[in-house]
Amino acid sequence: MNGHSFTFCDTRCTALPSGALHLPDHDLLCVSDLHLGKSDRIARRSGVMLPPYEVQATLEKLESDIDTTRPQMVICLGDSFDDLDAALSLSDDMALWLSRLQAGREWVWIEGNHDPGPVDLGGSHLAQISIGALTFRHIASAQTAEVSGHYHPKHRLAGRSRPAFLYDPSRLIMPAYGAYTGGLSSDTPDLQQLFDDQPMAILTGKRAIAVPVTKTPPRPHFRGMSY
Amino acid sequence: MTALPPAFENWFTRRGWHVHPHQQAMLDRADAPSLLLIAPTGGGKTLAGFLPTLTELTNGQHEGLHTLYVSPLKALAADIKRNLRTPVAEMNLPIRIEDRTGDTSYTQKRRQRADPPHILLTTPESLALLTSYEDAPRIFKGLKRVIVDEIHALAESKRGDQLMLAISRLQTLAPGLRRIGLSATVEDPAAIAHQLACHPDPCEVINADPGPDPDISMLTTDEKPPWSGGGAAYAIPAVLEHVRQHKTTLIFHNTRAQAEIFFHNLWLANADDLPIGIHHGSLAREQRERVEAAMVAGELRAIVCTGSLDLGIDWGDVDLVIQIGAPKNVKRLVQRIGRANHRYNAPSKAILVPANRFEVVECVAALEAARAHDLDGDPKGAGPRDVLCQHILIAACGGPFHADALFAEVKRVGAYATLTRAAFDDCLDFCATGGYALRAYDKWKRLLQTAEGHWQLRDPRAAQRIRMNIGTIQDTDTLKVRLKRGFKQLGEVEEGFAATLTPGDTFLIGGQVVRYEGLKEMTVEVTRRGDKTPKIATFMGTKFANSTQLSQRILRMFRQDNWPELPAHTAEWLNLQREVSKLPEADRILVESFPHDGRQHICAYGFAGRNAMQTLGMLLTQRMEEMDLHPLGFVATDYATLIWGLDPVLDPAPLFREPDLRAGFETWLSGNAVMKRTFRGAATIAGLIERSLPQTRKTGRQATFSSDILYDTLSKYDPDHLMLQITREEAMRGLVDFGRIEEMLTRTQGRVDHVILDRVTPLAAPLFLEVGKVPVAGAAQDRLLEEAALHLMDTAGVSNL
Repeated sequence: MNGHSFTFCDTRCTALPSGALHLPDHDLLCVSDLHLGKSDRIARRSGVMLPPYEVQATLEKLESDIDTTRPQMVICLGDSFDDLDAALSLSDDMALWLSRLQAGREWVWIEGNHDPGPVDLGGSHLAQISIGALTFRHIASAQTAEVSGHYHPKHRLAGRSRPAFLYDPSRLIMPAYGAYTGGLSSDTPDLQQLFDDQPMAILTGKRAIAVPVTKTPPRPHFRGMSY
Repeated sequence: MTALPPAFENWFTRRGWHVHPHQQAMLDRADAPSLLLIAPTGGGKTLAGFLPTLTELTNGQHEGLHTLYVSPLKALAADIKRNLRTPVAEMNLPIRIEDRTGDTSYTQKRRQRADPPHILLTTPESLALLTSYEDAPRIFKGLKRVIVDEIHALAESKRGDQLMLAISRLQTLAPGLRRIGLSATVEDPAAIAHQLACHPDPCEVINADPGPDPDISMLTTDEKPPWSGGGAAYAIPAVLEHVRQHKTTLIFHNTRAQAEIFFHNLWLANADDLPIGIHHGSLAREQRERVEAAMVAGELRAIVCTGSLDLGIDWGDVDLVIQIGAPKNVKRLVQRIGRANHRYNAPSKAILVPANRFEVVECVAALEAARAHDLDGDPKGAGPRDVLCQHILIAACGGPFHADALFAEVKRVGAYATLTRAAFDDCLDFCATGGYALRAYDKWKRLLQTAEGHWQLRDPRAAQRIRMNIGTIQDTDTLKVRLKRGFKQLGEVEEGFAATLTPGDTFLIGGQVVRYEGLKEMTVEVTRRGDKTPKIATFMGTKFANSTQLSQRILRMFRQDNWPELPAHTAEWLNLQREVSKLPEADRILVESFPHDGRQHICAYGFAGRNAMQTLGMLLTQRMEEMDLHPLGFVATDYATLIWGLDPVLDPAPLFREPDLRAGFETWLSGNAVMKRTFRGAATIAGLIERSLPQTRKTGRQATFSSDILYDTLSKYDPDHLMLQITREEAMRGLVDFGRIEEMLTRTQGRVDHVILDRVTPLAAPLFLEVGKVPVAGAAQDRLLEEAALHLMDTAGVSNL
């Protein structure tokens, strides 16, 4: 496996190259910001019809991570759905696929700002959950030993910008896992102010690669589409 | 012969003017459904186009819009407005003339819709927007004529296709509409006439007297041109001398970056402080306008410029055109030369300056082609479908439409005359449902069909978003450059270039060296403290590829026994090549192999133009990788690709087998950055991706994601989707240009000459000095990242973490 193993708040963690976090001692897999149904929400709101394959692409990736790690518990760390209507509009195929992934394990939907209410897709719904020493919630708080998502961090190395885990001794921020997600560069003040010490970044890609985040002046962010 | 109304007759006489024969011809054929006028610059072309309209409007009877004038440039519309208002005022004609472009105020635009002028001057994009309004039928119902200026320039791009689709719409609204096209000299007037006419109506072509042949020569200097590079710095003293001897000189460059460097060097050598300006598309508008005004006022002795000065704005008294670097395309050369001596019937004077030794050959070939009136150009393909998709959405904004009627209307556009109903329906389906194999949007279709069979927007509010995305001009990722603590904007640089800057770096813009200080709200802030050698701004706009015809001409020159027309230094160089190896031939591919600097090299002479040779480099190295020949990198020029690697190539012929190259091409395309950019262009035009507007562009929004993700997703889950079909089609031309690789394979038919040598050949040597070497990545990408990470970890003292 091309993951990067490290210790965070006395907990053994492996950052998978896909952007998922594996906690072997707790048999737990955590993914954040799936944004399922994003194409549906965009079509509904703007009339622009993006390729409607992001649910399929995201679930394929998730299935492969579940197959390799065989977790007892899966935590989806918020913004699992692009909005609650998008959760409702999930096709029968996709809903069935999701319940196949859920079978035989505990599944936790953490609420995010995009999906603040419960969805009718199995699993339990929580604002946050504590496992061992760690607390899992969508948006970073003042609490330490915390795993969160929301910011979609990215980090630039050797001219390439990739989704990345960011962590320091007290908090860990997960990259966005969904196929249709952009990111926030690790050098933006919004992200930097969340960390007291110099954080580490673990880049996703073919292999997970860890690097220290050095303070750099802001660079132009790659321009994409905004919705 | 149609006589001029007395008021016109008097006005011409007062000015001592005569009606040119082609102006009379336009007047005589005022009732023709379409007319194409081919006239050189300065031939009174615009007046010829407007004479029929002006005479028809003299009696003051016409109400509302009579004539629509469309030009590729806003500036041209404003220029024509001034030029046209003068005779109208002097003859006291009851004609209202207004322009309407992106710069026109909102109030003015509203008023124009309610009460249109007699003559409206506009651009293709503003016209498309006008046709999208519900009240378009009322605005255009009395329209009699449309004049398309600089149609040769529009016809080359998607803007021309969009314009012709809009005109076809107008023809439905105003059935008696007549069309006039005004064009510079082109290689194939019939092709442009076919695009202009309401298909299948004929379109008569009127040729104005082309005037005397231009006086073109190649600059000869005591100093020999260098072996490679595009700067032509060696020619600076000679160019300055010519500037000194002429009144106003235009110095054309093929790229903006080269124009900047040349301008910088020119000023360093400009001991007499001759007033010299610079003009190119990346400069701030105010700065360009200042240069334009100074030029019209006759205050400048020379302007260093690029294609931004190609179009027919009247720049006053230019008496010399200098082209730096081989022109790559004879038609463009001839059109540029036409910029000199704007007075009709005076020969234009032009000097070509080869930037390097091979360009000496190219310049001589171009000179001969220009003298022989042998212009070049690639036949234009069928009308692009992304533009059609946008047209369908524009039609939907205007109100419900019937598919049969819209199809018939589209088929009346020359470029879409061969469009099949199935292809049209694909585009309609794309607009309505997204056109995906997975029918996911039943609930949220963009277009719905009513019970009567009309198509309309599901949500009428969508019209607003569609209108904001009208246009086919490629969105370039540029950032504004501004002086720190000042409002003065200097111009724009590519985002990719800006990303490579660190504070303290210097670069050239608008002829000054500036220092990068930082980035503030998507603006590059700089100071004027350039004391170092500048890094060079990489502007958008790629290098032109040598035209097929020009390449053929060079290959024909290579067949000669000797070259009296070439300077001795260049003729000797070719002789030496013939002695130690061979000169390339049109119907064979020459491959040289030789060791150099501890590496094995092959040099393949395909003469397919820079872009195709670059693509060939990618494909050949990919094949070599498969054959375990360990290629390390390559570099391409217009005529050859040089590849280096660890192992010698013993038999190059199999590398050029068409089926293998084609298969490799398909694989290579899927992961290619150029393809992703092409996809983004097509998807933006077709309305799959929305243009990012200035107000939505903020640093680091996590809601933003790259269109590359869409390309990858479509390639994986829906490889036959319309947008990917269009992307592949475009890869045959443009930056990928696989079409010219096919042309090369067809003319060489597998005939590969392999010459094995023990050292670099004269013709291959310049390639070693070329910039733009491409390393073969293979699996190296991740390794590079890991190495960089390891290094950082080491430096940070955390490598054992």
